Amino acid sequence: MSNNQDENNLTGSNISGEKRTNNILGDRIFRIVLTLCATLILVIVAAMIAVMTQSSWLSIKEFGFGFLTGQNWDPIKGEFGALPFIYGTLVSAILALLIATPISVGVAVFLVEQAPKKLARPMAFLVELLAAIPSVVYGLWAIFVLAPLLRVYVQPFLQQTLGFLPFFKGTANGIGMMSGGIILAIMITPIITAVVRDVLEAVPVTQREAALALGATRWETTKIVLANANSGIAGAIVLGLGRAIGETMAITMIIGNRPEISLSLFDPGYTIASVIANEFTEATGDLYLSALIEMGLILFLVTFIVNGLAKLLILSVARQTAQSH
Amino acid sequence: MRSFIPNKIPAIVFIVLSLANLACFSGRQGRGDTVKIQGAGSSFINPLMQKWVSEYGNINPNIRIDYQSIGSGGGVKQTRDRTIQFGATDVAIKDEDMKSADGEIVHIPVILGAVVLTYNLAGVEKPLRFSPDVIADIFLGKINRWDDARIQAENPEANLPSADLTVVHRSDGSGTSAVFTSYLSKVSPEWKEKVGEGTSPSFPVGLGGKGNEGVTGQIKQTPNTIGYVELAYAVKNKLPVAEIKNRAGQYIVPNFETVTNAAKESLADTPEDLRVSITDAAGANAYPIASYVYVVIYKELPDEKNGKAIVDFLLWGINDGQSFAQPLYYSPLPQEMVKRATAKINSITHGGKILRAEATNVQ
Repeated sequence: MSNNQDENNLTGSNISGEKRTNNILGDRIFRIVLTLCATLILVIVAAMIAVMTQSSWLSIKEFGFGFLTGQNWDPIKGEFGALPFIYGTLVSAILALLIATPISVGVAVFLVEQAPKKLARPMAFLVELLAAIPSVVYGLWAIFVLAPLLRVYVQPFLQQTLGFLPFFKGTANGIGMMSGGIILAIMITPIITAVVRDVLEAVPVTQREAALALGATRWETTKIVLANANSGIAGAIVLGLGRAIGETMAITMIIGNRPEISLSLFDPGYTIASVIANEFTEATGDLYLSALIEMGLILFLVTFIVNGLAKLLILSVARQTAQSH
Repeated sequence: MRSFIPNKIPAIVFIVLSLANLACFSGRQGRGDTVKIQGAGSSFINPLMQKWVSEYGNINPNIRIDYQSIGSGGGVKQTRDRTIQFGATDVAIKDEDMKSADGEIVHIPVILGAVVLTYNLAGVEKPLRFSPDVIADIFLGKINRWDDARIQAENPEANLPSADLTVVHRSDGSGTSAVFTSYLSKVSPEWKEKVGEGTSPSFPVGLGGKGNEGVTGQIKQTPNTIGYVELAYAVKNKLPVAEIKNRAGQYIVPNFETVTNAAKESLADTPEDLRVSITDAAGANAYPIASYVYVVIYKELPDEKNGKAIVDFLLWGINDGQSFAQPLYYSPLPQEMVKRATAKINSITHGGKILRAEATNVQ
C-alpha cells in the first residue's frame, strides 16, 4: 500500500472500488463470526433448560408445584421438597453479601484513594491471589480454623449479648448457616474488591481534584467518588452474589447439610448446589435422579430471578442518584 | 551452560521413556495380548482395589485394570448399562434392580468392612460402650445429653460431661450410611419405620459431613460429638472407637477378627446368590455393624479374552489378595466364603462356556 493511497483513505474521498468490496466482505465475515458467538450463548442456555426440564419431567409430573413448597427430603421414602434448600441457598448468599460488601468496598476505596502506591500494588495482588484459591481449600480451612473459632469465641459472645434475637439461639457448634455465610463472604470478597477497584479507578481524577479544590475533606471526596461509581459497585455485588449462590464445595463442608428452615444462624442448613453434589453420585432410582435434576433447574431459575432483581435494583439506584444530582 | 544439563535431563529422560513406552506398547498391541479392564464403584474399597490393581499388574504386566472410585450407586448403574466390565458396591443390588438388568448379575463378596461409632469427649479414656437401643435413640434425637442415665448406666466409670450431644452423619450418599442404617433398622423398629435404610437416609437430627473425611473432621474439631465412620478413618485419625453390644449381649471392639466372625456367623443364613446383610450378626464374638463389599458383574460376558482376565483377577483377589486387607483396615473373608465366592466366579461364562482359565492355581 502506497502513501498516496493511505492519504486518500484518510480523506475518504477516492477509495478504489476493489478495496472497498474487500472491506465490506471482511466486515461481513466479522459480523457473522460475532453473531455466531452470541447465538452460541443463547443456544447453550436453551439447551441447558431443555435437557434439565426433560430429565426432571418425572419429578415435575409427580410433585408439580408442591416440589417448591415441600419441606421433606427423604430419598428412602421417595419424598422430595425443595423449600429448605432454596431457603438455605438464599440466606447463605445474602448473609455472605451483607458481610462481604462493606469489607470489599472498604478495601477497594483504601487501595484506590488512600494507600501509597508501594502498598497498593502488592495488596491488590494479594486480593487477586485469594480469588485463585480452590474452594475445597476454603472448605478445609473452614472446618479446621473457622468453625472452632466461631464455636469458642464468636458464637458464645453473640449468645450472651444478642441471645434474645431468634438468629442466635440453639447449640453453638461452629458448623451451620453462620459459618457457611462467612466462608462464602471470604470467597466473594476478592471478586467484589477487584471489580470495585477497577470502577473507582475509572472515576476521573478531575472529580477528586474539583472536590478537594472546593475544600472537601478526604471523606467527602470519597463520598462523591462512590456516588459516581454507584452502578458499577452494584454490578460488582451482583457478580459476587452469583458466585455465592453457585458455590458448592466449600459450603458443603461447613454448612451442616440439614434440610431444615431455621431462623437461627447457629443451626445447620443446606443449599441446592450442596445437595446435588452430595447425593448425585449415589442416587439410584429414576424419581430420585429426576428430583435432583429438578433441583438443578431450580438453582438455574433462582440465579436468573435473583440476578434480574439485582439488575432492576441497580437501575433504580442509578436513576435515583441521577435525579438527586 | 551449567544450567543446561540439569534443565534438559528430565526432558530427555521423559522423551526416551515415552518412546520406549510407545515401542513397548505398540509391540504389545501388535502381539495383541494386552487386556484392558474397566471397573468402578464403591469408594470404600478404593484403597484396597488400587493396591490389588498395582500388585496384580506386577504379576501380570499384560493386564491393565482401571478402577474409578465413583460410589457404589454409580458402579452398579454403569455395570448394568455395560459401560464398565465390573462394579464394586457396599450394598447388594435390590431385587427389582436385578430384574430390570438385561441379564443375570452375580455378586462376588471380595472383602469385609466395618462401620464404627466414634466420638469426641474430653476426659473419657476407656472406650465407651453402647447398646443398640441407645445408639438408635441417640441418632433419633431422643437421647440428646451426654449425661443421660442410659449412657451412664452402661459406662459407670466414665466421667461423662453435662453437655449437649451433637450427632454427625454423612451428608453424601454412601454405602457407609447404608450399612449403618441397615443395622439400626434391624435393632430398632422405630428407626425402621421413621427413617429406614439406604444410602441417603434422612436423619432426624445432627450435622452432615461430606465423606468419611468430612465426618471425621467435624468430630475431631467439635467437642461432644458422636458419629459413624469406616474403621480405617477412625484408626488413622486416632479417634476413639466405641464397643457395641451385639445380639449375644457381649460388648465387641471392631477388629479383623470380630468383623470376620460376623461374616462367619452369618454363613448359615447366606443365600445361594451370596446377597446377605451381616449387620446385627449372631455369635458371641461378632461385631454387629459390618458388611461385605461385592464385585458385581454380568454372568455372561461379551468378550472372551477380557472375561478370562477379569475372572483370573477376581480369583486372585479373594485368595492371594486377602493378605493386603489388614494393613488397610479391611477384614479378610472367612475361608468358607472364599470357597463359595470361588464357585460364583467359576460360574461366569462367555457364550455359555465357563471362562475360568486352566492356568490359575486355586487352592
